Amino acid sequence: MKKLSARRRHPLAAIVVLLFALAATGGLYAAFAPAKSAQAEDAPSSLAVEEGKKLFLSGCSSCHGQAGQGTSDGPSLIGVGAAAVDFQVMTGRMPMQQQGPQAPRKPTAYTQAQADQIAAFVASLGAGPSVPNRDEYALNGNIQEGGELFRTNCSQCHNFSGEGGALPEGKFAPPLKDVDPKHIYEAMLTGPQNMPSFPDAIMPPEQKKNIVTYITGVTKDEPNPGGLGLGRLGPVSEGLFVWTIGLGLVIAVTIWIAARTPKARTK
Amino acid sequence: MSEEKLPEPHSPAGALDPFADPGLPAHEPRVTDIDEKAARRAERQVSLLFVISMLATIGFIASYVSIDKYKIIDIFFFGKIGALNLALGCTLGVALFCIGAGAIHWARTLMTDEEIVQERHEFKSDPADREGAIREFQRGAAESGFGRRSMIRRTMIGAMALVPLSGVVLLRDLGPLPSVALRHTWWGKNGKNGRTLIINENTNKPLRPEHIVKGSLVMAKPEGLNVDNHDYLEEIGKAAILLIRLEPDEIKSKKQLEWSYNGVVAYSKICTHVGCPIGLYEQQTHHLLCPCHQSTFDLADDGAVVFGPAARSLPQLKITVNEKTGFLEAIGDFAEPVGPSFWERG
Repeated sequence: MKKLSARRRHPLAAIVVLLFALAATGGLYAAFAPAKSAQAEDAPSSLAVEEGKKLFLSGCSSCHGQAGQGTSDGPSLIGVGAAAVDFQVMTGRMPMQQQGPQAPRKPTAYTQAQADQIAAFVASLGAGPSVPNRDEYALNGNIQEGGELFRTNCSQCHNFSGEGGALPEGKFAPPLKDVDPKHIYEAMLTGPQNMPSFPDAIMPPEQKKNIVTYITGVTKDEPNPGGLGLGRLGPVSEGLFVWTIGLGLVIAVTIWIAARTPKARTK
Repeated sequence: MSEEKLPEPHSPAGALDPFADPGLPAHEPRVTDIDEKAARRAERQVSLLFVISMLATIGFIASYVSIDKYKIIDIFFFGKIGALNLALGCTLGVALFCIGAGAIHWARTLMTDEEIVQERHEFKSDPADREGAIREFQRGAAESGFGRRSMIRRTMIGAMALVPLSGVVLLRDLGPLPSVALRHTWWGKNGKNGRTLIINENTNKPLRPEHIVKGSLVMAKPEGLNVDNHDYLEEIGKAAILLIRLEPDEIKSKKQLEWSYNGVVAYSKICTHVGCPIGLYEQQTHHLLCPCHQSTFDLADDGAVVFGPAARSLPQLKITVNEKTGFLEAIGDFAEPVGPSFWERG
């Protein structure tokens, strides 16, 4: 003991103590590791919920309430699930700029990472549909069956080629062109705003995938062999174009011809 | 008929008449009437337009022969267009436009533009011709005995009056009379209180009430009505329904509540105005909008019309759940004819 005590001021003493301390910590860690690993898995997610809660309180709670229970300005978010949050936030619909008949699509206010955190928080409030996997909305579905399903379930509002359409009192079904396949999938799953939802029991995931494949195919890759599609609304928009712009041009040219005199002496 | 130069404006009351006919202004010559060089230039312009038209027609034929009909090209603003459509449209447009433009340019610069008045002659024939025609007609009538032999006259009129009836009878071939087909749908196949399984149109499988969550929309049809049935379109046109879930206390009508199952309600998908398939469902307001004429039905209030030209509520289908299987079933048929009103509907 004396020997040890005598060497306690040795220049290397601090390093030796440090090594002992490290070994002790490591040993303790090894002893408690199995118990801790379960918590370690949870940690990032609970961290996300914490971060998400902060974002929620600053960005969403004024309308949806401090605990997402909803207020007179916004619906309850309990049980809407992560998919609904991902759709609303990542298409820019939420946060809303102002109260109105419908939240329009606009540039996003949050990054994907922040949206995931808010989604984690909202999902922790009550069980709901989670964000779909990448292969659930991959564009390798059956485009023909997708077309049939789209015409049965979607075309009444979104038009048979996904151009969108009007609804009463300032609401509208938005056009589906340039919408991320993931967001189309989430919209079907959660039914944002006035759109009805199509849960998996009614429309299985593979049918949703077919619809996503159809929509992307018809809005992105499908050519217009005849030229200007005019919203692909068929004879109504084509007739309107001919009767207003076409006939208007004919009348203007007629007036122009008659207004120019070929006479030698002009007044 | 006489063609003459425009008469000088005449004023019966002389210069005192405040409303004297001023007549047309004096004729003014055009550049091409005076200047021979300008006239030749106009002639060349007209010919050039016609030549362009000829070339465009040749271009039309050439593109019809040479361009593959499935070729798609990408053009700024117009997007992806069929190359053949574009070429045919442009060449034919130019060909027709140049003929028209050439004709107008010709008429305005080179054809005469002297104003000419053509007097109208009297339409009435001269009295001698008229008298002759009447004499001829009377002689013919007397010789045929049309006035004297009344039996022939009457039977002939009768025969000619009856002939068009054969055309009216042929109209019957336009199709079978609807009989009672408009009053019944496939849901009534199993009798007045018979149960018919409700089939999800997406999956072709029966539905459970718990499948239909709040805010969702399901298109459905009766069991046994399949796409390969020969009368599928005729029958689905009457039998198509949609199902939604409401909170039982949101339902305003007592009848609707009785005909629902735990808030799951089934309505006809056929608009009562002119029979369009309705499907624009707003899950927050529970309003169902018809895309054709914007008739709006409140699905929380017996399908009552809240807007638009429809005159009747949307028919509801009475549903329940099979205790053994747990699947949703319809009880009997719709209580009233679905779809648009018809004469004998009452």
